[in-house]
Amino acid sequence: MAGVRVLVGTRKGAFVLTSDEGRREWTVDGPHFAGWEIYHLKGSPVDPDRIWASQSGDWFGQVIQRSTDGGRSWDAVGNDFSYDGETGDHQFYDGSLVPWTFKRVWHLEPSLTDAETVYAGIEDAALFRTTDGGTTWSELSGLRNHGTGPQWQPGAGGLCLHTIILHPTDEQRIVTAISAAGAFRTDDGGQSWLPINKGLLSGEIPQQEAEVGHCVHKLAMHPSRPDTLFMQKHWDVMRTDDAGGSWREISGDLPTDFGFAIDVHAQEPDTVFVVPITSDYLHVVHEGRLRVFRSRTGGEEWEPLTKGLPQENCYVNVLRDAMAVDRLDECGVYFGTTGGQVYCSPDGGDTWEAIVRDLPPVLSVEVQTLA
Amino acid sequence: MRVVLPYHLRNLAKVSGELTVEASTTRQVLDALESAHPQLRGTMRDPATGGRRAYVRFYACQEDWSHEDLDAELPEPVLAGKEPFLVIGAMSGG
Repeated sequence: MAGVRVLVGTRKGAFVLTSDEGRREWTVDGPHFAGWEIYHLKGSPVDPDRIWASQSGDWFGQVIQRSTDGGRSWDAVGNDFSYDGETGDHQFYDGSLVPWTFKRVWHLEPSLTDAETVYAGIEDAALFRTTDGGTTWSELSGLRNHGTGPQWQPGAGGLCLHTIILHPTDEQRIVTAISAAGAFRTDDGGQSWLPINKGLLSGEIPQQEAEVGHCVHKLAMHPSRPDTLFMQKHWDVMRTDDAGGSWREISGDLPTDFGFAIDVHAQEPDTVFVVPITSDYLHVVHEGRLRVFRSRTGGEEWEPLTKGLPQENCYVNVLRDAMAVDRLDECGVYFGTTGGQVYCSPDGGDTWEAIVRDLPPVLSVEVQTLA
Repeated sequence: MRVVLPYHLRNLAKVSGELTVEASTTRQVLDALESAHPQLRGTMRDPATGGRRAYVRFYACQEDWSHEDLDAELPEPVLAGKEPFLVIGAMSGG
């Protein structure tokens, strides 16, 4: 029977939520790695029982965990994320220069074709890859060294590489995003990189149309249209149809276009979901109401989705990696909040129900659709 | 000699209770622990600098051994197995 497995990373451990395709009855397993921050978990598309987790904390640093049985048991693998060659400096918040220093792994992106290969986005921003199942990690240093690196500054959460999008058919093309540097694309497997930020306008930086310096919060792509990317920027929801060659704003009638999470419906490539957040100084949902906004027109026109979500006295945030969709015939949409709720909509956003309500603050949500 | 790891590192190493290693200095203790339990690499010492992680402390015979030379010989009661060498996660945060 088909079903889903929801992988939830929180401030105090990881949780695995499973259901059949009805997505009404859930089994909750966890916490795994209790007490540790789990920034991200993600399963391999090649071998769904192989799941990767980024486990970290201020006390004992970074650990990478791998499961080969769908999250029931875990083994630590390699955790050496040494930068390639001279690291040099990047800018601190005040414009002073500070050396590149590894802090944690924000995002793990398993290969679409090889179960042994996984990409890792880290803070301070760089892209790493393992091709031996996590035993060793090597930096794809062409990104950090492509030229603009010394101009990069951290966002409020740090100088983090948080988004890795693999092209569905062209293994040479990868898109990444870094707060607060912007989006970057490689067409040669990671050797050379281009900033793809043309059309982004960021009023928070001295030159609002600068080549880099934009606080991109998250990117999303539908695999049937890999040249179309949707972006939740610090402020502004954006869209490109030429793989980042140029961006245009699609915030349209959103009540506020600040936010973190964004994703695309599994069967409808022009249906996009965002969760508007009040502002850059108030990271809670707008007007005390938890609303997902859905556009069925690829942006500009948005409708609030509220059925089953609290519409008063709600002051949570939804972080950048905390939204995902499943690939069942009727697309399920999921997101987690800093208040510890994980919500599921089994009907494309029309209705919502909390799978769990009282987890630690949710950092990430990923979904595996199981055959 | 006997070594006591903090809760999170015991879980990470999948061990319970005290560990036993052949060592006479802090560096040898850490080397032995990491050799026997590779998953502990990077958790007590910063992989980039090799130095003690800021929130990790070492205790021997009721004394903070964190700032002693890594190659200094540990106290006799620890070497003799009468007292354990303690690895501790510093109290910090909530």
